[in-house]
Amino acid sequence: MYRRDRSVQLGGSSSALYNNLSVLRLPQRQLACFCAVHGPAVNVLSAANDGLAGSQRQLRAPPAAPAAAAAAVTQAAWCVLPARVLLVLTSQKGVQMYESDGSVMVYWHALDITEQPPAQAVFARGIAAAGERFICVGTSSGMVLVFDIPHKGTNVTVSEVLEEHHHAITDIAAELGQAPEGAGDLVTADDAGALCIWSSGEEFTLLNKIPALGCTCSSVKLWNGVVAAGYGNGQIRLYEAATGVLRAEVNAHARWIYALDLAPLTGKLLSGAEDSFVHVWKLSRNPDTDDVEIEHCHAECVTDTQICGARFCDPEGCSFAVTGYDLSEIFRYSQV
Amino acid sequence: MSGRALPLLFLNLGGEMLYILDQRLRAQSIPGEKARKVMNDIITTMFNKKFMEELFKPQELYSKKALRTVYDRLAHASIMRLNQASMDKLYDLMTMAFKYQVLLCPRPKDILLVTFNHLDAIKDFIRDSPGILNQVDETFRQLIEVYGGLSAGEFQLIRQTLLLFFQDMHIRVSIFLKDKVQNSNGRFVLPISGPVPWGTEVPGLIRMYNRNGDEVKRTEFTTDGNYITPQREGSFDLYGDRVLKLGTNMYSVSRQVETHMSGSSKNLASHAKENVAPNPLAKEELNFLARLLGGLDIKKPGGSETGFRLNLFTTDEEEEQAALTRPEELSYKVVNIEATQDPGLRAELARIAGELEVAEPSPASSGKGEDLLALMDGL
Repeated sequence: MYRRDRSVQLGGSSSALYNNLSVLRLPQRQLACFCAVHGPAVNVLSAANDGLAGSQRQLRAPPAAPAAAAAAVTQAAWCVLPARVLLVLTSQKGVQMYESDGSVMVYWHALDITEQPPAQAVFARGIAAAGERFICVGTSSGMVLVFDIPHKGTNVTVSEVLEEHHHAITDIAAELGQAPEGAGDLVTADDAGALCIWSSGEEFTLLNKIPALGCTCSSVKLWNGVVAAGYGNGQIRLYEAATGVLRAEVNAHARWIYALDLAPLTGKLLSGAEDSFVHVWKLSRNPDTDDVEIEHCHAECVTDTQICGARFCDPEGCSFAVTGYDLSEIFRYSQV
Repeated sequence: MSGRALPLLFLNLGGEMLYILDQRLRAQSIPGEKARKVMNDIITTMFNKKFMEELFKPQELYSKKALRTVYDRLAHASIMRLNQASMDKLYDLMTMAFKYQVLLCPRPKDILLVTFNHLDAIKDFIRDSPGILNQVDETFRQLIEVYGGLSAGEFQLIRQTLLLFFQDMHIRVSIFLKDKVQNSNGRFVLPISGPVPWGTEVPGLIRMYNRNGDEVKRTEFTTDGNYITPQREGSFDLYGDRVLKLGTNMYSVSRQVETHMSGSSKNLASHAKENVAPNPLAKEELNFLARLLGGLDIKKPGGSETGFRLNLFTTDEEEEQAALTRPEELSYKVVNIEATQDPGLRAELARIAGELEVAEPSPASSGKGEDLLALMDGL
């Protein structure tokens, strides 16, 4: 169903971090931009449809002192808002926002280190654009920072801090399709496996909380009111966002899931895990029973690789890209 | 990222070092008395109370360079000497072995079982010395106390921190290549068969539920993977069957410990960047070293003890050759304390280093004036 295309070469290998690949499509320019985290740096590059890499750039987290050890970056992702696209980096130090090509830093938010007890790791992680003008970023303490993004310029402000989680945030996702009534438009996930469903706005409202089941939720997606969550025990679970009810359970992977992605025009779901497998699934709603259905479409084994990032490269899910720990290339696949 | 990765890194690397030294001591037919003394001295130094206290303090992982310096001192905690080439090879083997173990751990929490495997083996090395045994048991208890209650997510953060430390290391190890756990390009083989981790289901089943929570549909999918349910979970107690084999001793007298230096390959490019850095360690790393090395209570060997040199290679010529041909980008550049900028810190480190200096057996002195190599040949 999918065949391997030419790989895109990265400036450095990818680190073992959740959701370690972000893709930005520039269809009018026949280009796709990719970014992946490599230790203290982020490799940002553009590639044409045939995989030939164009420009490359490396971004870093700011160190506190010039001679201090470089801070580790935890995630890098593009946030697409109606007015602008920003490239957001989260690290042990805080949150950086760049123009989409990584050329100029627009905003820097330092995490308040003194608040944390020293034994706990401090970092930001989990990035999503929400509600047409916000960017939400999670932290290791469980807080979610909501940034209000101006149409242009650098006047970003912290609009709100959401405090519902008690464990480090792992991932945040905004509604990719059409949310049914009461289903909210944002989901946040944490290290313990708890999920919170929110309605974004001037003030964010908590609509639902799905309690932790003792297993980390490392990646989460929201589509047409269905939450797709990937867990450390290799399971994918689908929940109804409006009610929090479990609608499907998939024994998907033999190891920790590191990445999920969803193609909004078709409902295709992509999952990548430490077990070397990438799976493509299809989500749908039975119009009569209103049941949520999920079927397996395709399995791809990336030999001897622990997957750390997986993204569809187009909104139909006709092609996808994958990164792996210690791998200096991005594997690409497209539908035959 | 995680402030709790260092004790696990140090203890597991230390465990691998002891496996390798034990194998070499036997392969080189070092007399039992001397061999036991070396192992006892190193283990005593490793599990020194003050040292362990420093180690267990929450802190970031430091660079390979800094850590290598600690093992350099540790390996010389007794009457044994190692040339630079042998020390380099020892460190290569230690790090690749632990990288393999971290990568292949079924669950992040299993890193603790790997650590316990190493400690169980260390306790066996010193089973005739109750004093040191107590020290090791103390550390064991501390591990259980600190790590016993951590969540899976916190263990995964520790694992990710360790994988960051090992990123881009692809040194080929002969024993791994022979056992087909490593490919010729230096990457480890990740099997897609065998038992799934404890707590994970075998992939394949899809269950769908209606609004009331009743199961309404069940389907299955298949892949190339061939997984089975695990039998039982390993023990996290002071004593017990760990079940997991990772972290147990894979060397024996008959299995040689060789490495192949990877030739020029673009994978080394990113590794090269770290070692070419102009400055010596950052101030924080030097502080860390001062604290740790200060805690290493290294005794000078007594007057009657004869030192000897251990060779990680089969012959001295091989060792010389290895020293000459080691690729620049893989050299560890052990910390040059003289290059420290801060004069106060420099003095402090020099003092500690001076205290740790093992007296070099001088060839000119009487009694022990014989060529060390001849001594070993005669054994």
